[in-house]
Amino acid sequence: MKYMMLVCTDTEPETDLSGAPDIDAWVEENDASGRRVTGSVLGEPSSATTVRVRGGETLLSDGPFAETKEVIVGFDILECADLDEAIKVAAAHPMAWTGRLEIRPLVDL
Amino acid sequence: MEAGRASYARIVATLIRVTGDWALAEDCAQEALAAALEKWPRDGIPGNPGGWLMTVARNRAVDLLRRTAVERRKLEEVAMLWNPSSPPGHEIGDDRLRLIFTCCHPALSLEARVALTLRTIAGVPTGDIARAFLVAEPTMTRRITRAKTKIAEARIPYRVPEGAELVERLPGVLGVLYLLFTRGYDADGEPAFADEAIRLARLLVSLMPDEPEVSGLLALFLLQHSRRNARHDASGRLVTLDRQDRGRWDRDMIDEGRAILGRTRVTGPYAVQARIAAEHTAEVTDWVAVAGWYDRLSPTPAVQLNRAVAHGYAFGPAAGLALLADISGMPASYLLAVEADLTARSGDRDRAVELFRRAAENAPSEVERQALLDRAGET
Repeated sequence: MKYMMLVCTDTEPETDLSGAPDIDAWVEENDASGRRVTGSVLGEPSSATTVRVRGGETLLSDGPFAETKEVIVGFDILECADLDEAIKVAAAHPMAWTGRLEIRPLVDL
Repeated sequence: MEAGRASYARIVATLIRVTGDWALAEDCAQEALAAALEKWPRDGIPGNPGGWLMTVARNRAVDLLRRTAVERRKLEEVAMLWNPSSPPGHEIGDDRLRLIFTCCHPALSLEARVALTLRTIAGVPTGDIARAFLVAEPTMTRRITRAKTKIAEARIPYRVPEGAELVERLPGVLGVLYLLFTRGYDADGEPAFADEAIRLARLLVSLMPDEPEVSGLLALFLLQHSRRNARHDASGRLVTLDRQDRGRWDRDMIDEGRAILGRTRVTGPYAVQARIAAEHTAEVTDWVAVAGWYDRLSPTPAVQLNRAVAHGYAFGPAAGLALLADISGMPASYLLAVEADLTARSGDRDRAVELFRRAAENAPSEVERQALLDRAGET
């Protein structure tokens, strides 16, 4: 079962980071176990371009399609047996402390 | 139809495990119940009603699955269910426990957990759930459907967590039952699902006999529910604990609750609350003991308020009034009512009457307003 894990900032991060996990250790462990299929950090929202086609015309706008205080800064594709395993992997990610993570299943069509 | 109720969860839980199909599982269980309602009054109740229901449900499931492109292996597995001649190993643990943990999974919203538990485990019709939680039936149907879709799409596992995970997850399950017990009132203001909550707590105790908090929760339910007939007077007015007609308390329920507590260690908040409820069923309340139990609970505003009362009764009104001063986040009328009661006990009756009247002015409901005015009149 594949899950997309969106890595986001949060306006109320954990302030006590003693005991927070390390990102390199997280990547290494989950790459080795095969639970992290791929993933990347994303550029700043200011580098985003939003694309729409309306009436045959390609419309571009500068910036992300949703302006929010919480910003998606990266993603990972996880391969997990079920949601509980995905939750465990997410909870061990440092951004679960300083930001927030959204895990969504990939849907086979 | 007690046999039907007891079998319902078992049928649904096992069919979900084997087929993964929630709708099919519920349809088959409901059809078995409907068949029983039709046949039993005519032909008599079978010797093994639970077995009869499971057989009907299983055969229906096999019928339905044959029409779909389900794999042969799965069909065979369903056909073997609840068959005494099946090889052992088909029942792995109790599926009902898996179903409870899945319905109460923290990735679902609390309201969805409550609705799903009532619908799927207790078999309560969606319309009844909707009425008790004051939403339209289509809204409740959507809520339940959405939760089931999430379970399937996000693959919420169908299992009982173990070890540290169980410690983390069990309070969430107990919280759903507690919410069932305390909320969801019918038109008369009676908790509509208190009996369901007790039934589910009994089931959970039978499935997890070694978890003290599960037993504590059942004891708490029994001890609180034992007073259900004494809580209102003939005209529907709320009667506070100290004024209730003890003859209307359910002694059997009290005895059962106390017996459970007698063999249950106090490891968490439910057992502590059950101990408090048990103290209140004693001939003479041991307020020092009650105060001690309140000291062990997390200080939510409601706990702080009750703690102030208990300390006031145990150690004198001044002790209670001192604790009262520190409480925030509680409706003014509740604070004023406790202050009035403790003030009356300290002997200042004029001020107590004044406080009861102010509490009545701020009362959230007519029933409570009237009860407070009565107190003012009696002081």
